Amino acid sequence: MENKIQREEQDLTKKSKTSPKKKKKKATSQNREFAVITYSFLALFICLMGYFAYFQFEKSEEFIDNPYNTRQENFEQKVIRGQILASGDEVLAETITDSEGNDTRRYPYGSIFAHVVGYSTHGKTGIESQANFDLLRSNAFFLENAGNEIQGEKSIGDNVVTTLNYELQLRAYDALGSYDGAVVVMEPATGKILAMVSKPDFDPNTIAEDWDTLTAEGNTDAALLNRATQGLYPPGSTFKIVTTLEYLREHGSDSDYSYSCNGSYTVGKTTIHCHNNKSHGTQTLKQAFTNSCNAAYSSMGLELDINKFGKLCDSLLFNTSLPTKFESSKSSFVLQSTDGDASIMSTAIGQGKTLVTPFHMVLLASAIANDGVLMQPYVIDHTENYQGQVQEKYEPEEYGRLVSVENAAVLQDYMSSVVENGTGQKLKGQNYEAAGKTGSAEFSTGSNSAHSWFVGYAHQEGKEDIAVAVLVEDSGIGSEYAVPIAKEIFDSYYENY
Amino acid sequence: MANVIVEVSKFLMMILFALYTFECFAAFRGRISVKKRERIFKRQIFFMYLIHLDGYLCIYAATDEIQVVLLYFLQMILITVLLGNYQLLYPNASRLVTNNMCMLLIIGFIILTRLSYDKVIRQYIIAVASTIIIFIIPVLIRKLKVLRKLTWLYAAVGIIGLAAVTIFGATSYGAKLSVSIGGFFSIQPSEFIKIIFVFFVACMLHQNTEFKQVCITTVVAALHVLVLVASKDLGGALIFFITYLVMLYVATRKLFYFAGGILTGCIAAVLAYELFSHVRVRVLAWSDPLSVIDNEGYQICQSLFAIGTGGWFGTGLYQGSPNKIPVVEQDFVFSAISEEMGGIFALCLIMVCVSCFLMFLNIAMQMKDQFYKLVALGLGTVYAFQVFLTIGGVTKFIPSTGVTLPLVSYGGSSLLSTMILFAIIQGLYILRQDQGETNGKQNTAGRTRFDEEIEDFS
Repeated sequence: MENKIQREEQDLTKKSKTSPKKKKKKATSQNREFAVITYSFLALFICLMGYFAYFQFEKSEEFIDNPYNTRQENFEQKVIRGQILASGDEVLAETITDSEGNDTRRYPYGSIFAHVVGYSTHGKTGIESQANFDLLRSNAFFLENAGNEIQGEKSIGDNVVTTLNYELQLRAYDALGSYDGAVVVMEPATGKILAMVSKPDFDPNTIAEDWDTLTAEGNTDAALLNRATQGLYPPGSTFKIVTTLEYLREHGSDSDYSYSCNGSYTVGKTTIHCHNNKSHGTQTLKQAFTNSCNAAYSSMGLELDINKFGKLCDSLLFNTSLPTKFESSKSSFVLQSTDGDASIMSTAIGQGKTLVTPFHMVLLASAIANDGVLMQPYVIDHTENYQGQVQEKYEPEEYGRLVSVENAAVLQDYMSSVVENGTGQKLKGQNYEAAGKTGSAEFSTGSNSAHSWFVGYAHQEGKEDIAVAVLVEDSGIGSEYAVPIAKEIFDSYYENY
Repeated sequence: MANVIVEVSKFLMMILFALYTFECFAAFRGRISVKKRERIFKRQIFFMYLIHLDGYLCIYAATDEIQVVLLYFLQMILITVLLGNYQLLYPNASRLVTNNMCMLLIIGFIILTRLSYDKVIRQYIIAVASTIIIFIIPVLIRKLKVLRKLTWLYAAVGIIGLAAVTIFGATSYGAKLSVSIGGFFSIQPSEFIKIIFVFFVACMLHQNTEFKQVCITTVVAALHVLVLVASKDLGGALIFFITYLVMLYVATRKLFYFAGGILTGCIAAVLAYELFSHVRVRVLAWSDPLSVIDNEGYQICQSLFAIGTGGWFGTGLYQGSPNKIPVVEQDFVFSAISEEMGGIFALCLIMVCVSCFLMFLNIAMQMKDQFYKLVALGLGTVYAFQVFLTIGGVTKFIPSTGVTLPLVSYGGSSLLSTMILFAIIQGLYILRQDQGETNGKQNTAGRTRFDEEIEDFS
């Protein structure tokens, strides 16, 4: 009411050129335009502020944790870096402060956990890098921290408790022996990474002193490389898992499949031999998989729809970043439908240009063991303050379905058969049921040696399943070198003595 | 001890600034008495001085440099002169606008002192010069009736000025923004031409909004925008474009123009994306900065590291590393504030800017003369949109366009032009107030013009 009176008063004052009626119309209608502008801008600003809040609450972690964010170093002035612990509370990394207040980062198990735990004194890698922000945050009692602040003393950073199993890591490390290569162990049902070994290794305690030697130009070891997540290798026969899956997806089932093997398969000038030129005779798909029949798979490759094959591989995490915070390489599958028969035939048996990381293979094995669903792999179980109060707990999370339930069941059956009747028989008759696929990847033409692979999992009633990927560089056939290492791991985990 | 002061003053500044911000909006409430409103503005000034003192105490504790104390007193004198002059010479000026101007200046001084001692000295000198210049502006607005007749002079100055930058300008961060005069100082003409442009559009549209007139105006406005695009000043081009659309829409009252303009803008944006690689680079740096962190995304990533690491409460002054962000004193000053003074402080800063904008539009709405109305509206839009572009850009809400945060960022042209902009708005407000008083009809029952404005607004 008052408003209206005022409007009228205003109108009186405006009685200059036009009639009051006209003027009033103009004034009120232009107010509408002003309202539109005001509210549009207000909406813009509210979205902006909402976004800012969303960034602070949700997105900022991703940026804070980024290794490029050197601001984390500021925390080092105020906080003593926390410990990294294995799942059984074994200390994998700790900071020792001497009487003069100098901090030293110590890794009690030296090179055994070198790649997975990483180092923090010469750049940062591994868990030291991923959990940097957690390690440099102190969630100790706030009065204690305030007291430290006033006295100019450092507060004690939070500890990071990993999913790493100390026993398994040790066994895997020993089992790999003097070979170069990598071992990854994971829990398919949760995504927990239990062990990750890479050789050759280095001693993180002396990384700063050894740096020049490790990175010297003539040094071809690449010891700093985490072969488990960064090493790219031809998958060899382990890739037959993928080829089989593509066959199953195109044909619906394996019931129509039959192949007669006479020890090799030739198209044009290309001949693919079975191992030792062994003639497998008439093979079902399951038998071809069990015997790792190269002739059967190379001929199958020519029948497959290469475009669909490429799409399957993309959905199985080829050509993309793997879901992990570890420094990782992208596996590659680059076969095109225009490529010649020779490429297609060798790609189908895991040679050709295809390259994978051991970590990628353990993800595939886990997904198959977990009825097709891949769990998001993780290595940090929780963070706690130095007095042991849990701060942040990471729960298993589904990454997504990679394989249908039916196809996962078929692959499980085939992989069991490899252990029962095929190239994985060293794992037969234990107190656990193992399944998997071996592989021997030739990495240079004309050489007899090969990288030896085993990819698989084991099951025992009452315990979690575990999946492993074992790669032994420049050794020989999978059944001889990689399988025994897998057996050591399974034996250790399921207490099979 | 220093770190305790830094820590405590961080929270203190945050609380004081939150209170200040609250009062900004409390002043907008209708139906409160003159006395109450008066008290609100007094409290704001009180908070302002405390924040300034607290900020410098913190800087002194952290640096232990005695010049800082001198700098503090110099700034305090400047702020007092600014506030006092307005109260003495222009008692009818909008107190909220004056307060906000001083508050933003103070925040700028605090963060610039922390970032670069040299730069804050230069900023201070420019602020002193600006303070002197702007005091004649309200008089000019009142006396110079010719302002509304200089239509083509505005257009000529605007286009020639912008074109001069395109041709002779120095390139910085991919865009040509400034021209060097005499070798030792450089100006950014586009900062001033924004204001001139608003006057041009107001001249064109305040009486006549026939189709032909609109067409002519649009062609000249488009020319401004195109020249800016040619010098790769995308932020500037966007500000001119949006300001023109808003003014055109209010002047003609045809939503069709506004919607059509936005549509044209979208098409132009898509074209620009397809045609110019530097536009694609900015969009890429926006959509996934971490993937191009070594090159195009470096700046925005550093900004997000700063904002993220600072969190809601900030690291405290001198505890972060805002200097890792390239051109932090200018385009990225908001990130530095957010990092060290905290996300809450930064949000309040946005709200203070919003309250400025609301007041500007309020004043525009109250102007009875269509020319002044459009001027106030245009300047308000320039201000608000610039704030939106810079803050949106550094927080990755929108692609970064490289514009400064008015009154807070370092930069002579930016500071002087914004202070002129504020002074013009004040001039208009004073004009309206004085008319109200001579009419003598409005001040019945203890109510002020301000009340009326607020109610018109709601």
